[in-house]
Amino acid sequence: MKKTQSQYSFGLASNRKMFRKGMTEGIPIAMGYLAVSFSLGIMAKRAGLSPFAAFLASFFNNASAGEYAAFSLIMVEASYVEVAIMTFIANARYLLMSIALSQKIKPEASIGHRFLVAFDITDEIFALSVSQPGYLNPNYTYGIITLALPAWAFGTMLGCLAGSILPARIVSALSVALYGMFLAIIIPPAKKDKVVLGLIVISFASSYLARILPGIASISSGTRTILLTLVISAVAAIVFPHKEEAEHAS
Amino acid sequence: MRHNIYIYILITALVSYGIRMLPMVLLRKEIKSPFIRSFLYYVPYVTLAVMTFPAMVEATQSPVAGLLALICGILVAWFHGGLFEVAVVCCAITFVAELFLK
Repeated sequence: MKKTQSQYSFGLASNRKMFRKGMTEGIPIAMGYLAVSFSLGIMAKRAGLSPFAAFLASFFNNASAGEYAAFSLIMVEASYVEVAIMTFIANARYLLMSIALSQKIKPEASIGHRFLVAFDITDEIFALSVSQPGYLNPNYTYGIITLALPAWAFGTMLGCLAGSILPARIVSALSVALYGMFLAIIIPPAKKDKVVLGLIVISFASSYLARILPGIASISSGTRTILLTLVISAVAAIVFPHKEEAEHAS
Repeated sequence: MRHNIYIYILITALVSYGIRMLPMVLLRKEIKSPFIRSFLYYVPYVTLAVMTFPAMVEATQSPVAGLLALICGILVAWFHGGLFEVAVVCCAITFVAELFLK
């Protein structure tokens, strides 16, 4: 990775250019978010959130799986601790992304940038930000966030509002959008990594078994998700330690 | 015990932000433990897979429609990837399948 002088100095003009670049490249992300968060809003509605609460939840969480998991627990009046643990587990991948992205920000850069960039590290925004050459100009990420964050929050609010107006058949169709997004996240890496592929198959099977087996099935779905995630991931980490040359090369 | 929806949201917001902010601000060095790195690497795939099935099949009015959407979603994700595409295909398949099934 070659670092030229221009990559170190973020002049005002270059900051504005990077911000605009982020906005442009973030348009497809914002469109996808609008569609998927709509389906999340339907889920929020089912969990008993008002459109305003749904907007707040999405604005401050920026997490599809995390919010989905939290809503499913809120729906059954789970304890605050359970919701906190579930949010942590469902968002644990952002911990890893945040660690990776922390290495991409210029060490001398103001710490304020670290606080701000951290606010909206999602799968998509992380992917774009981390693939920038050299150090990341935070303004690039701010450009993406400027469209993606409102799209996500307003989409959730609209889904929550419209969920009760739309016919059941439309709601049924839209409610799978979120799962489609999950598939779009987990399937492509499974193509390259056979361990991930195997884990997905095992996770599907275990999740199904846990759903129907007497005893286990009586545990709340959130706790089941936490337990299955911890056990399957820990066993996989011991049996198949992940090799990371490919990620370091970029 | 009744729970306050805004406390729920506050808790999720704090956890979500903490997860992203703390490593960015505190951890400038890499985690070395291969176990923890591997564990963190596998967690997202396992959580998302566990949450997708069988929940996706139970979310639709007709389970068969949900199953078809799941299979088509996997195929589209396998061959193309895109977040938007996969989400739209799943919705369309469910809608069309339920026209015939129910």
